[in-house]
Amino acid sequence: MRNLWTIARREYKLYFISPVAYVVAFLFLLVIGYFFFSEVTTAVAYSMYYPTAPGVEILISPMVTLILFTMPALTMRLVAEENRTGTMELLLTAPVKDWELVVGKWMGSFLFALTLLAATFIYPIVLNFLVDPGIDQGLVFSGYLGLILMTGSLLAVGVAISALFSNQVAAFFVSLALVLAVWIIRPAASATGTGSDVLSYLNLVDHFLTFYRGTIDLSDVVYYLSLTTLGLVLGTVFVEIRRWR
Amino acid sequence: MIEVEGLTKDFGARRAIDGLTFNARQGEIVGFLGPNGAGKTTTMRILTGYMPPTAGTAKVVGFDVTEQSLEVRKRVGYLPETVPLYNDMTVYDYLKFMADLRHLAEAEDRVLEALEVVNLLDRAEGYIGNLSKGMRQRVGLAQALLHKPEVLILDEPTIGLDPAQIIEVRKLIREIGKERTVLLSTHILSEAQQICDRVLIINKGRIVAEDSPEHLQSRLAGAQRVSLRVQGDADGLESSLSAVNGVQTVVARPDGTWEVETIPGIDTRPQIARAIVQAGYDLLEMRAMGLSLEDIFMELTREEPEPPAMDETEAEQVEPEPEQETVEEE
Repeated sequence: MRNLWTIARREYKLYFISPVAYVVAFLFLLVIGYFFFSEVTTAVAYSMYYPTAPGVEILISPMVTLILFTMPALTMRLVAEENRTGTMELLLTAPVKDWELVVGKWMGSFLFALTLLAATFIYPIVLNFLVDPGIDQGLVFSGYLGLILMTGSLLAVGVAISALFSNQVAAFFVSLALVLAVWIIRPAASATGTGSDVLSYLNLVDHFLTFYRGTIDLSDVVYYLSLTTLGLVLGTVFVEIRRWR
Repeated sequence: MIEVEGLTKDFGARRAIDGLTFNARQGEIVGFLGPNGAGKTTTMRILTGYMPPTAGTAKVVGFDVTEQSLEVRKRVGYLPETVPLYNDMTVYDYLKFMADLRHLAEAEDRVLEALEVVNLLDRAEGYIGNLSKGMRQRVGLAQALLHKPEVLILDEPTIGLDPAQIIEVRKLIREIGKERTVLLSTHILSEAQQICDRVLIINKGRIVAEDSPEHLQSRLAGAQRVSLRVQGDADGLESSLSAVNGVQTVVARPDGTWEVETIPGIDTRPQIARAIVQAGYDLLEMRAMGLSLEDIFMELTREEPEPPAMDETEAEQVEPEPEQETVEEE
């Protein structure tokens, strides 16, 4: 546990001196801010015709898309850079287990992503003041829980991909391609017809819908947790494979 | 402290090391000597638990490197050839990070201690990315010394250092080697001669020679040669020298000195001196010429000449130039 924390803390600190992390944070907050502003002003302008107050979903849905596209940028460096500079040799000859290394790195990125999510929490609070009698807090809770679970699983997959490469850019694009593949898996599944149940079960975004609607379905929680575990196990395996080469 | 038996490592079809067997005792500095690609780094990487061997066993401080890798890694300090450092960290933060990974008690003190040993205390707050090659090397060394390891494995520890730093680091290694086991690789032969208690010459993944630097030199030198300088005209000297028991060849060199080759194993210098004086000449200078470690190294690691035509050039390379020899020994 101590090693996990040591590694996670280094990675977390590193994000604050990394330009990539700042670009991600800027993009994240800027886009969410824009959506928030435009949705709220539109709702105000059309309040006479559609007297429905905007809820937290005006934030959650753009955030899902943003998370899908930006998480690979947070994970691409994690292991690939160590492979490239040779510092991996240092970590692999230190008394640290391979899984501790992978999980520690994942934890570091997860903490940074949580920091980003925490920063966006200002919008639901502001919205709560704007809307009378306040927004549905259950939706806020389930929405953010879903976002956290999805972020964790995407980061775990990203760490695993990063462990395969010694080039950050390659790690980024492969992670992104994988995310996109899992995203569009449902239209593809319904087009083929056969095996669509299995394929749509794998869909990353579908599992988010329950959280979006304000319910917490255990099967969806299990889905994200198992995807996280899978990513971390694969990442450990990839690190071990590197030893044998 | 280090016991290696039949260690073999294949990279695909290429065999990097082939049945290495050697030991290193506590308080011993063992030098790994060999040309590039001989398998030095691979052996060190196996000993530090970085990669598993294909066959054979290796034990460090009594722990098997594959079965009890973590125990080995706790007890070994390792300076890899590439000196991997995080450029975006300060020297202090980096060492603190490594100390934390090793669960060191009083990590701060240990970091400062290690920095003091490598004489880098004044750069503790500087970013590693801004350091010179020599300083980076010292940071790497500090990292290897942090936990006061029982076994220290150093891959080319003095590479990239300036002469003053080289002397400093060699002194440091000697100091550490008094109580602990040090395994270091180098391709600088004089370095091996100066700091190692024992030298392993490795070529193409095999150990081709193993002994103390002095023994290696005398054992492998083959015929012994003596250089002489005699006063005045010495035309009749050749026959007097040839008559001495044990002398094989006598060659007069253009610069007025004589080179006498004797059969190995016996020291014929007293007899030669007597013969010269008895023949009525004045002996000005006499010196035994050993083969340097360089020559031995070249001899042991040279490729077998394939076409016969190559023989001459090959022989020329191996034959030591006596002129240079005297310069080096002085």
